[in-house]
Amino acid sequence: MTTATRTLPRTIHKSGGADWRGVLFHGLLLVSLLFSLLILFTLITDVLMRGLPVLQERGADFLTRPTSSSPARSGVAQGIFGTLMMAVFVSVVAFPIGIMTAIYLEEYAPDNRLTRFINVNIRNLAGVPSVVYGLLGLSIFVLALGPLTGGRSMIAGGLTLAALVLPIVIITSAEAIRAVPRSLREAGYGVGASRWEVTRLLVLPNAAPGILTGTVLSLSRALGETAPLLLAGAVLGGFSIGSRSFVEQLFSDYTVLPVTIFDWSRRPQAEFRELTAAAIIILLVITLLANTIAIVLRNRYERSW
Amino acid sequence: MQSGASLRRDPSLATALGGTAARHRRERVIGAVLLSAALLTVVVSTLIIVSLFGGAVDFIRQIDLGTLLADGWYPRRGEFGLMTLVAGSLLVTGIALLLAVPVGLLSAIYLSEYASRRVRRIVKPILEVLAGIPSVVLGFFALTFISPVFVQRLNPGTADFNLLAAGLGVGILTIPLIASVSEDSMRAVPAALREASYGLGARRLTTSLRIVVPAATSGIVAAVILGISRAIGETMVVAVAAGGSGGAKFTVDPFRQGQTITAAMASLATGTDNVAGATAAFQSLFFLGLMLFIMTFVLNQLGDIFVRRTRQQY
Amino acid sequence: MPSTLTAPTDRDDGSGSLPTAPPTSATRGVALRIERTAAEPLPGGAAGTDPDAEPAVDLRGVSVYYGSFRAVKDISFEVPPNAITSLIGPSGSGKSTLLRAINRMNDLIPGTRFEGEVLYHGENLYADTVDPVEVRRRIGMVFQKANPFPKSIYDNVAFGPRINGFRGKLDEVVEGSLRRAALWDEVKDKLRQSGLALSGGQQQRLCIARAIAVQPEIILMDEPASALDPRSTLQIEELMSELKKNYTIIIVTHNMQQAARASDFTVFLNMGEDRAGYIVEHARTIDIFTNPKNQLTEDYVSGRFG
Repeated sequence: MTTATRTLPRTIHKSGGADWRGVLFHGLLLVSLLFSLLILFTLITDVLMRGLPVLQERGADFLTRPTSSSPARSGVAQGIFGTLMMAVFVSVVAFPIGIMTAIYLEEYAPDNRLTRFINVNIRNLAGVPSVVYGLLGLSIFVLALGPLTGGRSMIAGGLTLAALVLPIVIITSAEAIRAVPRSLREAGYGVGASRWEVTRLLVLPNAAPGILTGTVLSLSRALGETAPLLLAGAVLGGFSIGSRSFVEQLFSDYTVLPVTIFDWSRRPQAEFRELTAAAIIILLVITLLANTIAIVLRNRYERSW
Repeated sequence: MQSGASLRRDPSLATALGGTAARHRRERVIGAVLLSAALLTVVVSTLIIVSLFGGAVDFIRQIDLGTLLADGWYPRRGEFGLMTLVAGSLLVTGIALLLAVPVGLLSAIYLSEYASRRVRRIVKPILEVLAGIPSVVLGFFALTFISPVFVQRLNPGTADFNLLAAGLGVGILTIPLIASVSEDSMRAVPAALREASYGLGARRLTTSLRIVVPAATSGIVAAVILGISRAIGETMVVAVAAGGSGGAKFTVDPFRQGQTITAAMASLATGTDNVAGATAAFQSLFFLGLMLFIMTFVLNQLGDIFVRRTRQQY
Repeated sequence: MPSTLTAPTDRDDGSGSLPTAPPTSATRGVALRIERTAAEPLPGGAAGTDPDAEPAVDLRGVSVYYGSFRAVKDISFEVPPNAITSLIGPSGSGKSTLLRAINRMNDLIPGTRFEGEVLYHGENLYADTVDPVEVRRRIGMVFQKANPFPKSIYDNVAFGPRINGFRGKLDEVVEGSLRRAALWDEVKDKLRQSGLALSGGQQQRLCIARAIAVQPEIILMDEPASALDPRSTLQIEELMSELKKNYTIIIVTHNMQQAARASDFTVFLNMGEDRAGYIVEHARTIDIFTNPKNQLTEDYVSGRFG
C-alpha cells in the first residue's frame, strides 16, 4: 500500500477526486434511458387524460355502438369485434402453421439447400414492412380469391394478418425449440423413441413456454397493425352489418380497432380527438395485456439447463 | 455377412428390425405435413413478389414515364412525382435516426456496461412495451402531443400536420430496436477485454467508449441499418401525423406537410374515390410497394451481414 | 406388436444358451496387481472371443465421417455377449463416435456418414431396410452426463415401455428396472418426484433403469461415471458387473482404472496421423493391462501418454 501511494500518487489522487467526465457520461446515459421511459409515461398519461372522461361518461355505450359520423353516438363495437376476430384468425391459422414449420426446421429438416432456402426466406419475410403484407392481402385474398373470401372481408383481413405474423411465430418458436437441450432428445432416441415421439413427448412440452411467449407477443403485434388491413379492405368510417349472421359477417365488411383509431384521428371535429384517445385506451389494454402476459410467462419459465 | 454368425440368422429379426409399417406411415405423414407447412412460407413470399411485380409492371405500362418526374405526388391527377415520396421518406427516416441512434446507443451502453441486473430486469421489459405500442397510437401521440408541445413551439406557425412530428414519432418507435440490437453486440464483447482494460486502471467511461463500443462496431452498424429499414417501412405514424392525404408537393422542409412512400400507400388505400380496378392510381400502390420491398430487403441483407460479422468475431 | 418386447425371445434364441464364461469378476479391482504367469493364449484369431459364441455385435470395417473429416477408420471387432467390453484411448481417438455408431445415434447428427457393417445376429444394422428406432430399442444407451427427462422417476422409467405400446403391468416393469439398477430402495417412496431432484449418481442409475426398462440386449455406456464422485462411480461399476449377467455392456471410459476394474475385454483406440481413430489392440482386459502386445498400449496404460 505504501509503495503504491509513493509510486502512483497522481492516480490515487485523481480517483479520490471528482471524475467529472465519468459522472457527466453516466448522467447522459441515464437521461437517454429515462427518455424512453418518460415518453412511454407521457404517452400513456396523455391518452388517459383525453380518453378516460369519454369512457366514464359513455361507459358501456361507447363499447357497444358502431362508428357513426356523430361523435356523441360513435362507439368501438365493430372495431373490438373485428380485432377479436383477427386474434382468432391469427391463432387458428398462423399459430399451427408457424409452430409446425418451426418443428420441421428444428427437428425434421435435413441440412440441405431446400432447408437453407426456407430458413433464409423466413428471415426475409420477417423483415418485410407490414404495409407490403397489405398488398399481398389486397391482390391475393381480396382480389384473386375474392369469390371465396368475399373480397374486402373479415376473412381476407384475417388471412393477411396471419401471413404477417407467420414468420415471427416461426422464428420465436424455432428459438424455443432450439433451447431444448440435445441431451434430452438423445435420451429419448436412446430408448427407441421415434422422431415424432421425441418431438411430441419431450421437445414440445419443454419448448411450450417459449413457444407460448413468442406466439402471444406476435399476436399482440398483429392486433396493433393498421396499414396492412387498410389495404386488405378494413372499412374506414361507418358501416351497417344489417341482420347478417356470424358466418355472413366473416365474408363481409369489417373493421378493427386500429383502423377505427386511424379514421377518428383524421376527423376534423375536436370531439373525435377524445374518442380516439378512448379507443386507444381500449386497444392498449388489449395489446399491453397480451404483451405483459407474454413477458411474465417468459420471466417465469426462463430456465437454465 | 457369410460368417459363423450368419448361420444363426433369424428371419423374424430382420422383419422386426424393419419397424412396423404403421409407425413408418405415421412418421412419413407427419413429416410430409410439417414440410408442407414449411413450404407454405415459400408460397407466401412467392405471392408477395408476384403481386408486387405484376402490379408494378402494369403501372409502368399505363403511365407516361414523364409523370414520375412531376413536382408532386397526386396519383388521382396522374402526377406520380416519385422524388416527393423518396424525399419524404428520407427526411422522416433522417429525423427518426437523429433521435433514435443517440438515445438507442446510449441506452444500450447503459444497459450493457452500467446497469445492475435488477435495473436491467425492470428496464428491458419497459423498452419491449414501448416497442409493442401500435404505430397508429404513436401517430396520434405525434399529432396531438409532439406537434403542439414541441414542433409548434420550436417553429411557431407550423401546421398540426408536419413531417418533423412524424419523424420524431417514427424515431420513438425505432429506439427499442436500435437499443436491443446494439446492446446484444456490446454484451457479446468478451469480459476478458473489459477486465484487461480495468486491469490497466481504466475507468468505466474509458472502457465503454474505447474498448466496448469499438469492439461492438459491427453490431452497432447493424443496429443502425436495421433501424433505417424499420423507419423507412413505418407507415401509420406518418399517415396520421404528416398530413398530405390525397397527395403532396415536393418538400424537404420538416415543418411542412408531406408524404412518404408508405404514407402514400395508406392514403391510396383510404381515398374516398376508393382506388380499385386497373387505374394507374391503383397500380401505383404496387409500384410503391415494390420500391419499399426492394429498399428494405437490401437494408436487411446488409444488416444481416453485420450481425453475422459480430457473431463470427467472438 | 413385434417390437422391442419380442426382443427377449430373440435374445434367448441367440445367446441364452451361451456359456457366460469370460474372465470372471474375481479379477475386478485387482487386475493390475495380478501377475499372470501363464497368459492363456486367446482362442481363435479374433481378439478374445469364444469362437463358439455368437458375438453380441460384430463391427466390420467401420468408418465414421463428420463431413469430410474421418473420425474413426476401418474398425473391426467382435463384442462378446454377457460381458463388459471397454473402449479406451486418448481424446480424439473416436471412442464415443464408435460407440454411438453401434446403435445408430450418429444418424441424428447432421453431416455424419457411415461406412462398413455392424452385424447383430447376422443382420447388418445399417442395411436400408433397418429402422434405426428398432435398433435403439435393442441396443440401449446411457450417456456421459445423466440426462433424466424432466418428469417423475416413475415416468422416466415408464417412458420406453409406454412408447413401445407395452400393455402389461407397468408398475412391475418400473419396479423391476429400478431394482436391477440398484435404485429401488432409494426411490420407492418417491416415485412421483422429479427425476431431476435425485443426486448425480442416482440420476445416472435412473438413466440405466430407463434403458433397462425397454429390455435391450446390449447397453452402451458413454463415460457413464465421468461426472460422478468416487463412491457413485463404484456403485455404477458394481451395477455393471451385476447387469452383465443379462446384458452385454460396451463402455467408453477415460479412466483406465475403471476399464481395468470393471471390464472383461478392452479395445484400445488411438488417433492416427490423419487424426482418425484406429484400433491398436483388442484383448482381454487383463492382457491389455498386464501383458500388452503393442508398445503403444503399454505406454498408454502405464500413463506415459494420453
